[in-house]
Amino acid sequence: MPGHVVPKKLYFLVFAALIFFTALTTGVAFVNLGKWNTVVALAIAVSKASLVVLFFMHLRWSSGLTRMTLLAAFVWFAILVALTLSDEFTRQWTPVPSSWEAQIQQQVR
Amino acid sequence: MHSSTALAEQFDDLEQQHEASSLGMWVFLGTEIMFFGGLFTAYILFRNFYLPAFEAGSRLLNVRIGAFNTAVLLCSSLTMALAVRAAQLGKKGALITFLLLTLLLGLTFVGVKLAFEWRHDYLEGLAPGVNWTFNGPDARHLELFFCFYFFLTGIHALHMVIGVGILTVLIILAGRGRFSPLRYNAVEMSGLYWHFVDIVWIFLFPLLYLIGGRY
Repeated sequence: MPGHVVPKKLYFLVFAALIFFTALTTGVAFVNLGKWNTVVALAIAVSKASLVVLFFMHLRWSSGLTRMTLLAAFVWFAILVALTLSDEFTRQWTPVPSSWEAQIQQQVR
Repeated sequence: MHSSTALAEQFDDLEQQHEASSLGMWVFLGTEIMFFGGLFTAYILFRNFYLPAFEAGSRLLNVRIGAFNTAVLLCSSLTMALAVRAAQLGKKGALITFLLLTLLLGLTFVGVKLAFEWRHDYLEGLAPGVNWTFNGPDARHLELFFCFYFFLTGIHALHMVIGVGILTVLIILAGRGRFSPLRYNAVEMSGLYWHFVDIVWIFLFPLLYLIGGRY
């Protein structure tokens, strides 16, 4: 038989962890952690997604080729985010040439 | 293709056939990551531009319904994983039961979304372009948040509806006895799709509902 049969118990354990993380992330959202609220929420989301990918989607027992495919997708997504944000966050680093000022004023109105 | 032949002729053995199916499905899911990735990137960017408006928008969403729907979707992922396991072991009854449960949980998610969230937002005048009556502070940027909200949850719900369609086909095929321990790739690959849609929601829930500062 091709593919890996996972014990039922493991599925239920993963499910319990997922429900626990959902309760945790909802609870933490009501506590003021400042900037850390976003970090914690995303860290929990990544943990939950990893559990689903590794166990429910069988990546733990998959071939290296399959793992590389997923990794490649994430690398491309990281490039998309990193390049977009690096453009946006560095626009203020250099002064606007004086010849552009008039145009900008016109656009802002 | 005859139902008794588990191996398609272009493959050497079942292992290779299984590997090819998995790889193809994961490549497709890679394109899906990029599809949702574009929307997520735009959301991150505009959230940074108009943070106060986006946080105010988050607070207008019902976090209880969001958490409930997250739990519903996680349950459906469990039943889907158990359905694949039943198919691997050749348990036809269990396979159909778990597929039906997954289908019902999926419909519950979409039903709750439609009846309690979108309908509520529409009646409250929080549906950009359809019924927008909000005129509090920073209304224009709040409208932008709700555009993202409806677009992201709408595309996600569309994926759920497609998943429900796939499940329906699987249930019919399972009823006809088309799956066996040697021939269950369709169930497993549909499972991968279902879990992927679950993962998208795992990120949408905190991004839309939670990180708006609920305290």
